[in-house]
Amino acid sequence: MRMELGVLAWGDGGWGDELARGAMVTIAIASAAYLVGSVLGVLLAAMKLSGSVALRWLATAYTTTLRGMPEMLVIYIVFFGGGALATWIAANILGIRGHVDLPSFAVGVVCIALSVAAYACEVIRGAVLAVPRGQIEAAQAVGMTSLQRNRLVVAPQAFRLALPGMTNVWQFTVKDTALVSIIGVTEVMRSASIGSNATKQPFTFYLAALVIFIVIAYLSQRLFTRLQKSADRGVRWGA
Amino acid sequence: MRSRLKRLILAVPFVVAGLAPAQAEVVRIATEGAYAPYNFKDSSGKLVGFEIDLAAELCKRAALTCEVQEQAWDGIVPGLLANKFDAIMAAMNITDKREAVIAFSRPYVKTPIRFVTTKTGVGAAHTASLPAITLEEVDPAEAAEIKGLAKLLSGKTIGVQASTSHEWFVKEYMKDSTIKSYDTMDNMILDLVAGRIDVGYTSTTFLAPIHKKTPGLVEFGPPMTGGLLGRGVAVGTRKESTELREKFSTAIGAMIADGSLSALATKWFGFDISAK
Amino acid sequence: MGGLDHLGFILDTVFHLSAGIPRTLVLAAVSLAIGFVLAVGVAVALLASNPAARKLAAGYVYVFRSSPLLVQIFLIYYGSGQFRGALEVLGLWHFFREAWFCAILALTLNTGAYTSVLIAGGLRSVPWGQIEAAQAVGMSRYRVFASIAFPQALRHALPAYSNEVVLMIKATALASTITLLEITGLAKQLSAETYRPFEVFAAAGIIYIALNGVVAGGFGLVERALQRR
Repeated sequence: MRMELGVLAWGDGGWGDELARGAMVTIAIASAAYLVGSVLGVLLAAMKLSGSVALRWLATAYTTTLRGMPEMLVIYIVFFGGGALATWIAANILGIRGHVDLPSFAVGVVCIALSVAAYACEVIRGAVLAVPRGQIEAAQAVGMTSLQRNRLVVAPQAFRLALPGMTNVWQFTVKDTALVSIIGVTEVMRSASIGSNATKQPFTFYLAALVIFIVIAYLSQRLFTRLQKSADRGVRWGA
Repeated sequence: MRSRLKRLILAVPFVVAGLAPAQAEVVRIATEGAYAPYNFKDSSGKLVGFEIDLAAELCKRAALTCEVQEQAWDGIVPGLLANKFDAIMAAMNITDKREAVIAFSRPYVKTPIRFVTTKTGVGAAHTASLPAITLEEVDPAEAAEIKGLAKLLSGKTIGVQASTSHEWFVKEYMKDSTIKSYDTMDNMILDLVAGRIDVGYTSTTFLAPIHKKTPGLVEFGPPMTGGLLGRGVAVGTRKESTELREKFSTAIGAMIADGSLSALATKWFGFDISAK
Repeated sequence: MGGLDHLGFILDTVFHLSAGIPRTLVLAAVSLAIGFVLAVGVAVALLASNPAARKLAAGYVYVFRSSPLLVQIFLIYYGSGQFRGALEVLGLWHFFREAWFCAILALTLNTGAYTSVLIAGGLRSVPWGQIEAAQAVGMSRYRVFASIAFPQALRHALPAYSNEVVLMIKATALASTITLLEITGLAKQLSAETYRPFEVFAAAGIIYIALNGVVAGGFGLVERALQRR
């Protein structure tokens, strides 16, 4: 058996465009999941840092559960349970009768966002705790309210400190999208699978998928490095 | 925090749009998209196949607006029960196990299941003593044939698609063989050709086009239907969708009566496997 | 009461799925062990003076850290089937034919890449003064590495490595996609038979969380023991 690169051609004769479309879907899912997951992660970090024992416990239960389970299982549970849950919510809380349609794209995004949130929470919490204690005390001494202190002192610095960790979380998110192929979302992995079955050339297609992910990782790294540089502007080395 | 808040607000319409209830009139039909010639994707990524054509014809006759969507086989029954779609047309056989949770229209196709192997593989030289077996009423000759196959395959590896009646059959009757379950039939054939499994057990209708693409495969043993393997391929619906089911059954009956079902089956499978 | 029935079913399922625990642990343990040895070699190469060695090691690490494990597994398992002829000539087909071999190969290469970064980081963190002193006393390069640098590198990397072990145990779930019946594979089978996927997968999740809890606890004990020394 040989490797025929012709099957990767563009257009109707080859699968190149299907793979490209899959790559777009991958990036779309990853972006959406990263956004939702980050917001949720901020919420969880706030809960973990709060004074309330109940909130801390809840947040810890969440992160322990989501970080202790394979992402694949999270996807299966949300996929199989989510539709029933949404229908139940729609019927009993929102009063909408009949079926509730959850597009698999949204389900995929939710699944990944749940895992992302657990990891993002730890990164953000670590970043907030790493803001120099002296600056917080100084802000208190100057008479800032805690809202002002968080907005002007803690948040901007935590953002900068969280960036390396959040870069890793992004890379994790992109790789996690490959798993939503198991619930039928046509991203890169599934496109490669379909192509490989049609042409009986699994090596060619999965290698192509591998390359696509490496390219996405490379471009993402360049983007995040620029973000880090701009966030680090004016910061002296070691601060 | 401001940009984070903005992001949160932007996410809300996303979620609300996803929860919008679908139109009550559109019947959503789920199919696998990886089981030629029943349902598969052409090189432009479009869903095509016998069941896609059949769905269009049945819906026309039943005056329904239908939408065919793709669904991975593993999640197809749970998806139906969770209201992700309203009907399943994915070469799914009527079996007792399935009837415990969903309901079926009358069958539109009867597909025999058969063992397949490579030209030089296990079973290639086996000559069946019977032309076909129906598992509902197994007479002594048929039982002997099945036992003979079990003995031939004892200690060997049989490949099947996961969560299918084929898997249930080999688990029940071929207890001395190793069974490997695959996410798609295509991947099973890949492994059969690669030599990771000795034989495969799948439907003759799936195998028909495969022989053209992958020469060197040999079917052996009698084609089997019925019993554990199911009483024919039909449209699956939720138990409470009685009206929808009846509409499908009536349309299927009409197509059998005027011969269009036979014609469609012959077009896609090369021989007439339509139910009568 | 419906709730009690659900709970009973979940507990029952946990019992059934535990049959997959040995396979999960073996997959993880073997991959971690071989992967660790690989990682040490790669880490040394990453810090080597030879630019070719550095580039090769860096390339390997980059490829396996930037792509999903699922793609790596499918590439090795199904991809090797495409080159069966060539592999048979090399006498390797006997190995690639087995799903467990492909799974362990993929997991090993994966953990090797991640762990090598941890070990390299650990090695870099050893104070240069200690290396100089050891060399001044006349220790051979090998002894400097084995007695001074490596043990400290390990201690430094331990917290992060406990994370890697947890990730590996979770990663074994992907072996279910190539016909292996570890915990997740059994869960998929059970969910298809009972048509109660939510409870079955929740039960599987409980098992993984418990396993990872034990691992994390174990590493915590080791860390504390090392601190006392």
